[in-house]
Amino acid sequence: MRTATYFLPRELHPAAWWLWALGLAVAASRTTNPWLLGTILAVAGYVVVARRTDAPWAMAFRMYLYLGAAIVFFRVFFRFVFGGAEGETILVRLPEIPLPEWAAGIRLLGAVSAESLLGGFYDGLRLATMVVCLGAANALANPKRLLKAMPPALYEVGTAVIVALSVFPQLAESVVRVRRARKLRGGGGKRFHVLRAIMIPVLADALDRSLRLAASMDSRGYGRAGMVDARKRLVTGALMIIGLLGVCVGVYATLDGSTPRYLAGPFLAGGLVVGLLGFRTAGARVQRSRYRPGQWNLAEVVVALCGIAVAVVLFTTSSVDPTNLNPSLIILSWPMLSWAPLCGVLVGVLPAFLTPVPDTEKVPA
Amino acid sequence: MIELDRVSFWYHGQADPVLSEVTLSVGEGEFVLMAGRTGSGKSTLLGTINGLVPHFTGGHLDGTVSVDGVATHAHPPRELAHLVGVVGQDPLAGFVTDTVEEELAYGMEQLGVAPQVMRRRVEETLDLLGIADLRRRALRTLSGGQQQRVAIGSVLTMHPKVLVLDEPTSALDPTAAEDVLATLARLVLDLGTTVVVAEHRMERVVPFADRMIYVPGDGSVVDGEPADVLRSTPVAPPIVELGRLLRWDPLPLSVRDARRRARDLDLPAPPVRHEPNSGVVLLSASDVVVRYGATVAVRGVDLTLRAGEVLAVMGRNGSGKSSLLWALQGSGPRQGGSVTVGEKDPKTLSSAEARKVVGLVPQTASDLLYLQTVDAECEAADRESGASAGTCRALLDRLAPDVAADRHPRDLSEGQRLALVLAVQLSAAPAVVLLDEPTRGLDYPAKSALTRMIADIASDGRTVVVATHDVEFVATTAARTVVMAEGEIVSDGPTTEVLGGSPAFATQIAKILGPDWLTLADVAAALPQAAR
Repeated sequence: MRTATYFLPRELHPAAWWLWALGLAVAASRTTNPWLLGTILAVAGYVVVARRTDAPWAMAFRMYLYLGAAIVFFRVFFRFVFGGAEGETILVRLPEIPLPEWAAGIRLLGAVSAESLLGGFYDGLRLATMVVCLGAANALANPKRLLKAMPPALYEVGTAVIVALSVFPQLAESVVRVRRARKLRGGGGKRFHVLRAIMIPVLADALDRSLRLAASMDSRGYGRAGMVDARKRLVTGALMIIGLLGVCVGVYATLDGSTPRYLAGPFLAGGLVVGLLGFRTAGARVQRSRYRPGQWNLAEVVVALCGIAVAVVLFTTSSVDPTNLNPSLIILSWPMLSWAPLCGVLVGVLPAFLTPVPDTEKVPA
Repeated sequence: MIELDRVSFWYHGQADPVLSEVTLSVGEGEFVLMAGRTGSGKSTLLGTINGLVPHFTGGHLDGTVSVDGVATHAHPPRELAHLVGVVGQDPLAGFVTDTVEEELAYGMEQLGVAPQVMRRRVEETLDLLGIADLRRRALRTLSGGQQQRVAIGSVLTMHPKVLVLDEPTSALDPTAAEDVLATLARLVLDLGTTVVVAEHRMERVVPFADRMIYVPGDGSVVDGEPADVLRSTPVAPPIVELGRLLRWDPLPLSVRDARRRARDLDLPAPPVRHEPNSGVVLLSASDVVVRYGATVAVRGVDLTLRAGEVLAVMGRNGSGKSSLLWALQGSGPRQGGSVTVGEKDPKTLSSAEARKVVGLVPQTASDLLYLQTVDAECEAADRESGASAGTCRALLDRLAPDVAADRHPRDLSEGQRLALVLAVQLSAAPAVVLLDEPTRGLDYPAKSALTRMIADIASDGRTVVVATHDVEFVATTAARTVVMAEGEIVSDGPTTEVLGGSPAFATQIAKILGPDWLTLADVAAALPQAAR
């Protein structure tokens, strides 16, 4: 492991950021303590601000914050609307709207208690924090690089997705262009007529363009090493499907406590192994190479470990001392905060200091 | 390097073959120019080299095409990728990734080139093409010339032995086109790559070419030294036409050669120029400002257009030509200044009213067409313009006779389609007609047809404005020329003065005979009968 180059500006492997963010999100899922959730939000926000580039996906982080705020708002709002009279501290008594017999169990308005509002708030905050953590991963990891980092077996899918992603801005561009041109011809007529006058040139344009792209990809060698005999393909396909089934059964059994235990661990592990084997054989036939593939160096390990550490700390605290993680909703009081989980969450902010800054060479417009 | 042995090609269900019994042999390190009218089979011939014809296009190919000993009928294009690099007409449409560096590496990734080698070749190619400073740029933000060079680079990294280019300079301004051609010449000289270029605007390519293949359109090809082939081709660059007119032998192919020959030419006094146009003012614009956010596209432009005038607007890509035209028409943005056409500002009119005052044919003219047949388009145009039935068709017949009424507009040739769009726009009877880059993809005959159409429109007492890069076209078409740079008009005057005096915009004839002579017609008219 070379250390002299550690802090040189570069783009980290996107998977590292995803591991980190998933770690934070998992940690958030274990607690409803607003102090801890707030700390996780602050950690995620701080790292994003410190390590994002000025790419469009990085600027979309704000959207996730808005989404988070909306989630909290609606959670609390629904407690108002669909009643929240659990608990003793009734804050307001709204007139209850009587509902017919078949809607028994649903209450519209009525008394609203502080406990139920607080429950809604905690719950919403937890979901919002998880959403913001995923937003942080999105802001820090270049989605196209993530697609490029996919295993070779999924190369074709990755290329298709990249091409599709670049089609959208082009399509939007041609719609704008044709609409402008449409005005030059008067632009009047019935609505259907106008739609047709715009859609036909746009679609014809898109079709032309995709044919030219296909010709270009073909003459540049796309898909040239994809020929394998049918038997090998069958084996690969069978391995992948069996593996996938095993993973599905395993995951279901793990989550559902009532299924026999032997269906959980062994099936999950076995499915994973078989599936990975399938991936390997599928990838082995690919004779392609990668230009400047994402590197997995010490910095990536640090980032991933920080995220995992946060999750691990909250998991262990939840089995040792769960009360502070999920503050009581029966007795209203200020939620307490203990040192152990707080320090654990704060580990998540380390990537803001321990990683190289992104390569923000100014892109002239 | 490239061997064609009795190659014939036809599309199923068509009587006439596109190519018949073509036998050709191109050696290593040759620079080959392929010329011919649109639809003559030039692109087909080009496509056979890497197997896109017939593997991708369909149709039936007889005979054998082989590149470096590999027969193309036995291998699909992807298996030939390491031998033949193909650069299409529209570089942007062929890009797979979205940054320069990744695009250069894409082909090598498909070939499975080792990562260290890839890295090295990308760096070498960036330097070879002079695009190292663009490496991280998004492909969509590049200018046309830069895109074209990246497209060339993206196939060069695979170290092909043959490079095939379809109209690499047709959409570029003169300077960017020179850059691309210089790059190609360098490849031939330094790397020994065989380069095959198909191009309408031959005038710039001819001096570089070792070899010329002319495709007349009857299935045969004429093959030989450029000077020999050009002696009899119906399409020729102005330099060659001048050589033919003056019976020079051998024909000069570069400006330098021609200048040497012209030294002892005894020309009479230069032609007398037309006096300034004194028609009524149809459009007056003052202090026009167009901006997109922080970028200023048009910076306070004043312009007066008179009846019967043909004005050319020139300038490099991005100098504000299009923005000015759209602002004059009224449907584009305009943040300041005024435009007056017959007491009215087209911006304040509804779009249906505005087009009766100022008509605009946009860069991609086909955007205006959306119906199944030429006739349907004409009827729709009559309806939209409130003109009497048959107006548009009559205009179309005047501009371009013999456009079949039941053809699909997309199947027309570029020239015919442009004529159709012009007819559609003229059916509203605007006093001012604006054309944005109409010469794109037009061959010489189609361009002279367009020149006639424009003269015809102007003779009705309208005024025509043409934004274009094509110097030779401007010299024959427009009496007045405006050059724009950074959104401002930097020169405005009679075409002779503006073009003749500028090194970048001088026509080939002006480069040879001096700024007083712009076009071949000038010379032909001035020469005494005896000398011809």
